[in-house]
Amino acid sequence: MNFRPEHELHTRRFSRNIGLGLVLAAFVALIFGLTVVKITEGDVARAIAGASSNE
Amino acid sequence: MTDASITSSNLGTAGGSSVISEAQFRDFYELLKPRVMRLVVFTGLVGLIAAPAPIHPFVGFVAVLCIAIGGGAAGALNMWWDADIDAIMKRTSKRPIPAGKVTLQEARGLGFALSGFSVMMLGLATNWFAAGLLAFTIFFYVVIYTIWLKRITPQNIVIGGAAGAFPPMVGWAAVTGDVSFESFLMFALIFMWTPPHFWALALFTRSDYDNASIPMLTVTHGRKSTRKHILAYTVLLAALAFGMCFTGLGGPVFITTAIILNALFLKGAWTIWQRDERQSEADNFLAERKFFKLSLLYLFVHFGAIVIDCGLAQVGLWGVL
Repeated sequence: MNFRPEHELHTRRFSRNIGLGLVLAAFVALIFGLTVVKITEGDVARAIAGASSNE
Repeated sequence: MTDASITSSNLGTAGGSSVISEAQFRDFYELLKPRVMRLVVFTGLVGLIAAPAPIHPFVGFVAVLCIAIGGGAAGALNMWWDADIDAIMKRTSKRPIPAGKVTLQEARGLGFALSGFSVMMLGLATNWFAAGLLAFTIFFYVVIYTIWLKRITPQNIVIGGAAGAFPPMVGWAAVTGDVSFESFLMFALIFMWTPPHFWALALFTRSDYDNASIPMLTVTHGRKSTRKHILAYTVLLAALAFGMCFTGLGGPVFITTAIILNALFLKGAWTIWQRDERQSEADNFLAERKFFKLSLLYLFVHFGAIVIDCGLAQVGLWGVL
């Protein structure tokens, strides 16, 4: 089955798709950042040191 | 208003086309009322900074982002419900729904989705009290103001002002997990500021509200009464701002700001009260327009002063809150 490389819909929705992609990427970054802050309680170095001593 | 009440015919009247064109990302962004969002972000951030406890900068950033998204979601739901009157008023006829770029269903979906997202994220990032307060803010703006009272009472602006006044309280609650006298005062300052700000606008954009049959004070009680109301609320606002000087929020910068800006604001309100329609029309509402511009500066500078005083307190140049 062949798809046309560039459907007219792709051009029309280009800005929407780029925008939505950036929003989703930002959401991932947000969740990652929050997780790091919550787990380390703001002190990354101490959290890493604590994890190493528990091994 | 229902989805059926806005038809392609009234969309066409405002937007010049009865066909829904492809919505771009910018159109969805416009649904969030970015100009209003700026005020929400700023006052929410001030509430967060002024709160007497530390917060991790990233968590603080997420909190302000959630407040902004929650405010934007409320804006989208407001545009969904008010699409019929937005299409009539010149000032709002270019909004994405009346312009035929976004459908009612899309606006409603975006509004509800972002409401849920912002409340849940704020709860997970900070605390559930702040999240509950944000949820209440959205509910108040959409249900109490937009759906219920906006079209039936001339005090609609006063009620809408309450919804816009919550962000600093949410910002404060994100840090402390509660509300306090100081956060209530920040709420009160925006609440008292909103009526003179919007009534001044209504004085020089009257035909818009008349055409849309919104019971603005200018329409229901007349323009002389509106001028009187502007003066009365400005006096109360000035009294509140001076009173805040004697609380934990009253640092040297805030006190100086309050004295200067409230004197100017009172003078502007006094001028508006003394003018009649003939004088206003002669100079194209110059005094009313000046007062409106000053009102924009008024809020930003007062809240900016609170931040500067907090900075001074941090470096030991002023007593802590």
